[in-house]
Amino acid sequence: MQTEEMRLDGNAAGGMLREVFALEVTAALARCAGCGSVAPMGTLLEYGHGMGVVLRCPTCDTAVVRMTHTPGWVRLDASGIAFLMIPETPTPAAQV
Amino acid sequence: MTDLRAVGAPPRLEWLVSTVAKVHNETRRARTLVLDVPLWPGHRAGQHVDVRLVAEDGYQAQRSYSIASPPESPSLELTVERLDDGEVSPYLCDVLRVGDGLEIRGPIGGYFVWDVAQGGPLFLVAGGSGIVPLMAMMRHYAAAPNELRADVPVRLLYSARTLDDVIYRDELEMGSRVDARVSLALTRDAPAGWGGYRRRIDRAMLEEVGWPPNESPRVFVCGPTPLVESVANLLVEIGHVPSRIRTERFGPTG
Ligand SMILES: Cc1cc2nc3c(=O)[nH]c(=O)nc-3n(C[C@H](O)[C@H](O)[C@H](O)COP(=O)(O)OP(=O)(O)OC[C@H]3O[C@@H](n4cnc5c(N)ncnc54)[C@H](O)[C@@H]3O)c2cc1C
Ligand SMILES: [Zn+2]
Repeated sequence: MQTEEMRLDGNAAGGMLREVFALEVTAALARCAGCGSVAPMGTLLEYGHGMGVVLRCPTCDTAVVRMTHTPGWVRLDASGIAFLMIPETPTPAAQV
Repeated sequence: MTDLRAVGAPPRLEWLVSTVAKVHNETRRARTLVLDVPLWPGHRAGQHVDVRLVAEDGYQAQRSYSIASPPESPSLELTVERLDDGEVSPYLCDVLRVGDGLEIRGPIGGYFVWDVAQGGPLFLVAGGSGIVPLMAMMRHYAAAPNELRADVPVRLLYSARTLDDVIYRDELEMGSRVDARVSLALTRDAPAGWGGYRRRIDRAMLEEVGWPPNESPRVFVCGPTPLVESVANLLVEIGHVPSRIRTERFGPTG
């Protein structure tokens, strides 16, 4: 079920994202391939937690990132990210 | 080339086996777990860990829990609220014992974090167990040198069902005697003569307790998803800039 009450912030997916990204990316700025808006990954809306997640753009609802686990594999579809800017050091999150 | 180790970002986030060093009850439904983690790299206020339970048949359940202890503390503390029909929280609250192992990975997150050096004013809004990461921020604030704190006024608005459900109650009452101003909103029962709010968080309350938008406070909102979304919408209605409002949704309950 993907009700509104179940959704989380992209921030909650930080642990899962670290399975594929070497750097912390919840503070990274992502440009949505759907609408072009730029926002920290932590502000995307996360649906489903744990084995499989979808991170959606809060502006246009595009599925920015999909990540799933199947035995032996981690699958990442990041086709909703047009551009990603990742801070190299864990300094305070991008102060917009 | 940047040496990632030198800046505190390990190349991979591994599952670690922590050991429960202490437990204590915060309320009838919430319990704090003090964990010993070998090689804990340290954390920032607002970050969380993922917790993984693996059954004998291999079935896994994974949940996120905010870190309650401040960066200054040598121990890693989580506070978990029991949902009677939940899968993971009853185990953490009722079954796990001192000396048991618990698999965690972290610290996680670089967005919902606050360091006293980032400044304020700081406005924290919590519902239920959403107080946990905000408490890490309050504790970090309390541990900061006086001259840093003087420039960063802190206000906390915390909504709970009843006074008995207020997590960290003693510490928060002390906090209000330090520089932070703590306001409680009880949504169900309140004791006779209760001087705080007795309703859900609404626009008027946010305007009374928080700073006006022209003071550009940093706002952190955490708790059950419906509460977080309603508070964030009200803050934008009042005129706060969305990029100054950071949210952490805990899910349907919390
Ligand atoms: C970043 C982050 C930090 C968190 N930090 C904390 C913390 O510090 N302390 C804390 O106590 N919690 C925290 N949480 C919440 C925590 O991760 C768990 O969600 C919580 O403990 C409940 O887990 P559970 O397994 O006990 O319940 P679950 O089995 O996950 O069930 C949770 C509730 O949702 C209901 N539910 C389940 N499925 C559905 C559905 N499909 N539709 C509607 N309702 C449903 C259940 O009836 C139950 O009431 C945090 C969450 C996040 C994302
Ligand atoms: Zn978009």
